[in-house]
Amino acid sequence: MSFLPYALAAWLFFVGLYGIVTSRHLVHLVVCLGVMQSSTYVLLLAIGYRTGKKAPIFTSGVPTKVGAVDPVVQALTLTDVVVSVVASALILALVIEIWKRSGKLDPDELGKQET
Amino acid sequence: MIPLQVVAIVLVGLGGLAVVAARDPLRQALVLGVYGLTLVILFVVLQAPDVALSELVVSTVAFPFILFTALAKMRDRE
Amino acid sequence: MSPRVRLGLFGVSAAVLACLFVWALTGLPQFGAFRGEYGRILNSAAGPERHVTNVVSAVTFDYRGFDTLGEEVLLFTAVMAVALLLREARSGDERRADAVRSDVVRAVGLFAVGPTVVMGLYVAAHGYLTPGGGFQGGVATASGLVLLYAAGRYRAYRAASPKTLIDFAEGTGVGTYVVVGLAGIVVGGSAFLENVVELGVKGTLASGGTIAILNAVSGLAVASACVLIFHEFLEELMTAK
Repeated sequence: MSFLPYALAAWLFFVGLYGIVTSRHLVHLVVCLGVMQSSTYVLLLAIGYRTGKKAPIFTSGVPTKVGAVDPVVQALTLTDVVVSVVASALILALVIEIWKRSGKLDPDELGKQET
Repeated sequence: MIPLQVVAIVLVGLGGLAVVAARDPLRQALVLGVYGLTLVILFVVLQAPDVALSELVVSTVAFPFILFTALAKMRDRE
Repeated sequence: MSPRVRLGLFGVSAAVLACLFVWALTGLPQFGAFRGEYGRILNSAAGPERHVTNVVSAVTFDYRGFDTLGEEVLLFTAVMAVALLLREARSGDERRADAVRSDVVRAVGLFAVGPTVVMGLYVAAHGYLTPGGGFQGGVATASGLVLLYAAGRYRAYRAASPKTLIDFAEGTGVGTYVVVGLAGIVVGGSAFLENVVELGVKGTLASGGTIAILNAVSGLAVASACVLIFHEFLEELMTAK
């Protein structure tokens, strides 16, 4: 049972990858890429978790004897979440340009040569 | 592992599958909003409130907004 | 190649990758038994050393501040690329008529703009005291501004976020981060991003030294980056081609 978070990370990764490979719409592809990115967040946070410990915020009044989970992986993940949406916006801008030039949004059709 | 964590993990797994299985981009954008919320629950249960805040603002507002404007733009010519 | 062949190829390679993946993941320490010492030391040392209560913010802006600078440059480059892609190709100035016809949407939306922006600024400013920070608060503030478009008119949104000002704010955000880092070398005489501002009283807003400055500056950079991206996408939608 304690393998479950890591299994979730692997599951999300492969489900997203399957979605990308069998995608018929470029915007659907971008969202499946987002699902693959969320698998890395889950993996990072699952690695840093310590059983029974609390969040690494020590505002006055919070008992400090319990201890806290690892803060380094949380710092990495939170900047990652915001930057990944900006990178997805860049990919969507590329998709809009592709649509403007060719009018097609199906990855299979885009690869075919026009005769 | 406490039962709340098991429930959150199962919800995220089902949510990811639902996002990929929704082939129409418009429906997928809505399912993505719900998937983001299940991720927020998982992050809170894993004792990471900062990451949960990030994921909340990103997946409820920023990502659906750019998806909807892009889809609305590309709906014109069809 | 036909979709069926592609799917078969994917199935084979995904099966191999999945086996390697699962084998690698079983080598990780047990879930909940992470033995990393760096995090443990930081949890106990960040409070006394830097006078902050949110250790994650201290890690983001001080102990691993250089990584955050890399992320901000990534943000800046992506926004610049979006602007380049979408501003270049826009030719027509025909605007679509836009107006929100429902009074309820307009009332509720415009009522919610103020509190959302204030909430976003609050989360950004108190980032090193309670959960939050520049990144979270920046995106929240930007989404509060977008409410102006969703509940009002496009022209109101344009007036509230003039393009040159937002461009300038984005560059200032990333540039000030580098300047504060260089101040560590010039003023402090030691390393890049070294703390040179006096650490205040723990638990108040005036604490953390350079963490407070870097927090505010990266909040500015992220907020203006998000406003720029929303702006570009909205412009695309508004110029019907």
